[in-house]
Amino acid sequence: MNAIPGRIAPAPLLSVEGLTKWYGHVLGCRDVAFDLRPGEVLGIVGESGSGKTTLLNCISGKLTPTSGEVRFDTRRFGLTDIYGLSEPDRRRMQREEWGFVHQNPRDGLRMRVSGGANVAEPLMNLGGRHYGNMRQATIDWLDRVELDTRRIDDKPRNFSGGMQQRIQVARNLIHGPRLVFMDEPTGGLDVSVQARLLDLLRELVRDLGLAVIIVTHDMAVARLMADRLMVMKGGEVVETGLTDQVLDDPQHPYTQLLVSSVLQI
Amino acid sequence: MTDKPLIIVEDLAKTFVLHNAESATIPVFQDLTLQVAAGECVVLAGESGVGKSTLMRSIFGNYLPTQGAVKVWHDGAYVDITKANPHEVLEVRRRTLGYVSQFLRVIPRVPTLQLVMEPLLENGVSFEEAKDRASELLSALRLPQAHWDLPPATFSGGEQQRVNIARSFIRKYPVLLLDEPTASLDAENRAIVVRLINEALKEGAAMIGIFHDLDVRDAVASRLFEVSQFKAAA
Repeated sequence: MNAIPGRIAPAPLLSVEGLTKWYGHVLGCRDVAFDLRPGEVLGIVGESGSGKTTLLNCISGKLTPTSGEVRFDTRRFGLTDIYGLSEPDRRRMQREEWGFVHQNPRDGLRMRVSGGANVAEPLMNLGGRHYGNMRQATIDWLDRVELDTRRIDDKPRNFSGGMQQRIQVARNLIHGPRLVFMDEPTGGLDVSVQARLLDLLRELVRDLGLAVIIVTHDMAVARLMADRLMVMKGGEVVETGLTDQVLDDPQHPYTQLLVSSVLQI
Repeated sequence: MTDKPLIIVEDLAKTFVLHNAESATIPVFQDLTLQVAAGECVVLAGESGVGKSTLMRSIFGNYLPTQGAVKVWHDGAYVDITKANPHEVLEVRRRTLGYVSQFLRVIPRVPTLQLVMEPLLENGVSFEEAKDRASELLSALRLPQAHWDLPPATFSGGEQQRVNIARSFIRKYPVLLLDEPTASLDAENRAIVVRLINEALKEGAAMIGIFHDLDVRDAVASRLFEVSQFKAAA
């Protein structure tokens, strides 16, 4: 009776099963499983060292898990374990269908080329050859993330932290990905910039129907961005559920501690 | 429209367990049963702490009930909010089940008009139509037009509450939960909200409300519901 009739439930975009990562004898994350639907925003929360980033790196193909599967609904091969793909196929799929927004823009941008070139590069990597079109798309995206388009040829280091983060967002969305990973996307920004960037991210997620996996230790960011949450502790998922339910009526002792520790202003 | 109740609460129980306070358990209610039909406004009665808000939040899926079911009529079938997947609950909340709290909680620095348009944009309504409907509703709620382009953070309590009401009523939910939506409003603005509520009821909405203001309560209530009759033994 829970299935909403009249509409076939969309197939998962991403399906993770039994995902485990050991660093030697140190546990990164253990036995993580979940499905993500198109357009769904999943937040991963927990304190430093709880395995959030390890999990994100395993899911996003950056870190080979010790065991378990990460299946993604690829355009070319359908629902496939990404670690079963050949290296070139996996890299191509990542370039074409995914985005990854790092906490530190320096990790996600090439600092030696201009902001505009950073934004245009994914198009070039996907075979774009018409310079005029790519420049126009870049200008459109700079405008969309509310950057001064006259600064298209400035180097990233000449932009502020918040602006660099906007360049990174544009670079990761310009090629029309279906799934975007975000690792503390507003973590390094001061609060005034943070609020506006969060609002922008939310708008883009809504308008583009993006699926997002966002790692954050900030419960306020989690509440604003995520549809549902996974709470991690010691490498394991201790609680999952609808974002507001997990935050307002947490069930697990650790989640209760986490939520009750948030400072109020 | 359907003859079936739009909300069916069955044998609902809620007990809080506070793991970080020596696992204290706080039972709130048990075996609670309630049905609300289209066009009906059930007002929850009882003193503070009896569990009115807890019941309301359990129906919305914001709290996780210990036992029982909350079935909401959505798209021609019942969805059990207590057992549905997060994306199903969100879908029900996007189109069927609304909740008006006392407090406005939004992203800082976003202009008021945009905040009120947002629920419609999420539902795929065009920008122009969303803007028209948001403007209409804010006018009806008599929020000065000079405020529309400002974020509501610096507004008075009553103004913020009207923004909150606008954000909920703009979607015309068939099922609406009202947690003291008129708490900080003056008499004239209360009357406007009462009119909005009654219009929605006439159009067939089912509502559950908490109102401490007796005038408002009498103006909208179809019947009262004593939560204390289902009080769980401590």
